[in-house]
Amino acid sequence: MEELVQGTQTEELKPPVASVGFIGWIKYNLFNDVFNSFLTIIILYFLWKTVPPLFRWAFIDSVWHTTGTACRDATGACWSVISANLRFILFGFFPYELQWRPLLAMFILFVLLFISRDRKYWKKPLGYAWITGLFVMGLLMKGGLFGLTPVESTQWGGLPLTLLLSFFGLTAAYPLGVVLALGRQSKMPAVKLLCVIYIELIRGVPLISLLFMASIIFPLFLPEGVTINKILRAQVAIILFTAAYIAEVVRGGLQGMTLGQYEAAESLGLNYYLTMRLIILPQALKIVIPPTVSILISAFKDTSLVVIIALFDLLKTTQSVLSNPEWMGFSREAYIFIAILYFLGCFSMSNYSRKLEKELSRGD
Amino acid sequence: MNMESSTETEKQSSDNAIIEIIDMHKWFGDFHVLQGINLTVRMKERIVICGPSGSGKSTLIRCINRLEEHQRGRIIVDGIELTNNIKNIEKIRAEVGIVFQQFNLFPHLNIIENLTLGPIWARKVPKAEAEETAMYYLEKVHIPEQARKYPGQLSGGQQQRVAIARSLCMNPKVMLFDEPTSALDPEMIKEVLDVMIELAQEGMTMIVVSHEMGFAKSVAHRVLFMDYGQIIEGNAPEEFFENPQHDRTKLFLSQILH
Ligand SMILES: Nc1ncnc2c1ncn2[C@@H]1O[C@H](COP(=O)(O)OP(=O)(O)OP(=O)(O)O)[C@@H](O)[C@H]1O
Ligand SMILES: [Mg+2]
Repeated sequence: MEELVQGTQTEELKPPVASVGFIGWIKYNLFNDVFNSFLTIIILYFLWKTVPPLFRWAFIDSVWHTTGTACRDATGACWSVISANLRFILFGFFPYELQWRPLLAMFILFVLLFISRDRKYWKKPLGYAWITGLFVMGLLMKGGLFGLTPVESTQWGGLPLTLLLSFFGLTAAYPLGVVLALGRQSKMPAVKLLCVIYIELIRGVPLISLLFMASIIFPLFLPEGVTINKILRAQVAIILFTAAYIAEVVRGGLQGMTLGQYEAAESLGLNYYLTMRLIILPQALKIVIPPTVSILISAFKDTSLVVIIALFDLLKTTQSVLSNPEWMGFSREAYIFIAILYFLGCFSMSNYSRKLEKELSRGD
Repeated sequence: MNMESSTETEKQSSDNAIIEIIDMHKWFGDFHVLQGINLTVRMKERIVICGPSGSGKSTLIRCINRLEEHQRGRIIVDGIELTNNIKNIEKIRAEVGIVFQQFNLFPHLNIIENLTLGPIWARKVPKAEAEETAMYYLEKVHIPEQARKYPGQLSGGQQQRVAIARSLCMNPKVMLFDEPTSALDPEMIKEVLDVMIELAQEGMTMIVVSHEMGFAKSVAHRVLFMDYGQIIEGNAPEEFFENPQHDRTKLFLSQILH
């Protein structure tokens, strides 16, 4: 008897049918009033008009492994432009038979990055792994030791170059930006002035002009016979540029700290360096994770600007494939391909930043 | 508090001054905040400072551990004079703990980390030892069970007790309190005052800026009244409350006691 009563009670407590299940969801989210129903219909119509043809073009009518001439007869996408030139797009002029070396280097980089995602591994061994990893990657790229054929850096290109510029660009710009932000807050007028001038000057010019200066004007000032690697010059320009933006974002975070935090640290006998490192920066940098990541993401994409100083990064190798008469005209496919690569990079960065933010916010 | 013991302390330690402030002045820009402060605090003495808002109470005690810099006169703590000498400032900060009105705990660190930060980094105490000390003081302020929580998860009263424990972990000779209960909800004031009373009973030298008259009566050896950057009068609590000398003190007391 009792069971029966309870049974009816639970049944009564069930939510109304219309609000659950697939139908309920659709009703609730897509057709909850006249205007939204109207929007839903318009969007559905738009999707119906665009997605199927796109799908057809990309997957059904497309060709994947043909010559350029065969491609011209196809009605769909010519992915052959990628498959036939993949190794050039990815590795540029790196000697063909040695391309396993940059491939392995990138693999090491990805593995290290992947392991570093998890904060519980942020200990000394990981630091050693990075040092070793960076050394091995450098060795793989450059050669010249242990019987590896030397490869001039002028032959580096494609994805490894893009990753090199971005990785060092971002990892060096971040600490530099933090130092600049601290400098801008400094009580020492000279330090403060220098940082302000630096930040404002750099932010006042586009990256392209910095790259030009690094590649064309800067060498004019070097003494006869001294040359500095072109990649290095571009790298420095990217670092200096990004750091100025990071500095401003970090400054915003520093301004969010209350005086009380400084005073509490001071009264515990912590000096400036320890106060910053243990109290202020952990909090300030956490606040500004979202804008910082925006800057890092746009810096990652901006590395493609090195095209204009004729470094063969991913974008430039793709462009040279497209200037080959056989593959001319397939730029849609080629650019979609590198767009996907860039997207993967940017998306993992923003994804990771969200994860990090979540982990770090357990204190509040 | 019984008067006997306090007079006794005064007798034995009349030359036992831990803080000496001599004709000390401070300006904020053109504003003369402290106008010739003279104050001697003896070892184990407990002083309560009261006075209207803006009279310079906070500024005075913040000068003692150099969160503010005085411009004229002398401040001597345990025989060390506060000058621009960084070494002296460090030494004095090691002897003087301060508790703020707004707690100022470090929100990104848990309670035990808040407590061990100073000892580990500024004093180079081994981590295990620092944690042991931290637990000892957390028990003293009656919240050992909160050790792994973050400040944001604690009530105001609990946070202020953690802040007191954090200062005590540095093993100071003098504790400064700047209105430790005025940011708290009424029901939490008592738990903080109780901790402070226990601390007083153990013989800590304390300077407390507070308008908690009950606390002053039960704990203080002397109550000082400040107005317009000066110490107008100072007396044992009974005398101070029952028989104030100056008109301004009378006015102030009539305002806060009713
Ligand atoms: N950093 C500062 N710069 C300029 N003026 C200040 C500064 N700090 C405090 N003052 C001023 O000095 C005076 C004394 O301030 P103080 O904080 O010492 O007062 P208080 O007695 O503690 O008052 P309250 O009871 O409101 O805390 C006030 O008029 C205040 O406006
Ligand atoms: Mg005050």
